[in-house]
Amino acid sequence: MRWSVLPVSVAALLVAAPGAQAHLMNSGFGPFYDGLAHPFVVAEDLIPVVALGLLAGLGGARRGRWMLFGLTLSWAVGMAVGSVVLGPAAPDWWTGGGAIVLGALVAADRRLPLGVVAGLAAVVGGTHGFGNGRELAGATGGALAMAGIVCALFALSSLLAGHVTSLKSSGARLVVRVAGSWVAAIGLLMLGWALR
Amino acid sequence: MTFARTTLRSLGPFWLAAGLVLAHAKGGEGVGFVSGLAHPVSGLDHVLAMIAVGLWGAQLRAPAVWLLPVTFPMVMALGGMLGLMGVHLPGVEIGIAASAIVLGLAVLLEARPPLGVAAALVGCFAVFHGHAHGTELPPGANGLLYSIGFVVSTGLLHGSGVAMGLVHRWPAGRSALRVAGACVAVAGVVFLWRAFA
Repeated sequence: MRWSVLPVSVAALLVAAPGAQAHLMNSGFGPFYDGLAHPFVVAEDLIPVVALGLLAGLGGARRGRWMLFGLTLSWAVGMAVGSVVLGPAAPDWWTGGGAIVLGALVAADRRLPLGVVAGLAAVVGGTHGFGNGRELAGATGGALAMAGIVCALFALSSLLAGHVTSLKSSGARLVVRVAGSWVAAIGLLMLGWALR
Repeated sequence: MTFARTTLRSLGPFWLAAGLVLAHAKGGEGVGFVSGLAHPVSGLDHVLAMIAVGLWGAQLRAPAVWLLPVTFPMVMALGGMLGLMGVHLPGVEIGIAASAIVLGLAVLLEARPPLGVAAALVGCFAVFHGHAHGTELPPGANGLLYSIGFVVSTGLLHGSGVAMGLVHRWPAGRSALRVAGACVAVAGVVFLWRAFA
């Protein structure tokens, strides 16, 4: 029955993100904890991380490890670059389009080459990290907040990918694929909003 | 007990995070998520059709039991996207009523078409449901959170249908499911009558 916890946790992650906020939330515990909470409360950042965790987990431990380090490292680099380089924000359709692609890949449950998983993680991490870096540029305790974000991403990705990797029964994998279809459906609606 | 304990352990941090955020959430954001969550269950026509998808999937068993509930939200989201973009779709209410009739009849008759046909049928009707949801968005609601609530709610309705459909393994349960299908189909006729009235 242990696998049953996964859909509950994924649903809880989505439900626990009621506010898509451009700036860091104020947890009251300081910038590190503000950053730590950020991926859990900003749905635009949470959804691709969840989808990548599911995708890498379905692919096995090796892909999970590459995704884990690829995502957090590229996110950190993206934040560092975004905080010092003035650049355009990602277009509105980017998050929705990404969710469609990642969700569809999870739903299809195809074993992707290692390079593709790592590449997807790098692209997601780089672009979302760049956006976070732009928002944090010049903020008090920005570096601490970025450290908090990276720690949260590492914990979230490793928990999700590790949990999915441990799933053996076909029924449990089906639940993950259904969750992927939900991510893709959310992405389609997000795209509709962007193109509205 | 183990499941309950592990679930509570998994949920704890997220409820905590949710509480922290709600303290700072703006009105529109809260409205967006709750609106999305409530919208699919706000109309009996949507509820019955989505539960019927789950019931039918349970009757058809694997792989339809998961393929149909996966097809519906994805195609419904496509319909919702069209609605959000302002693409006109004629006869939406008629399509929704027809979905209740056809899906109800499928459950009543325990229809067993090829898997592709069943998925295509469910997908066609999902476009109408999604389009209606997309065009009925309350003003000022947060789009992303509305979308999340909307998809989660739809998926849970399908899951409820599948869970109810588990009684299919018993002879009395099979009969009960067929009666439920008949009720959905009759309700669909009423919805169709209203759509034309």
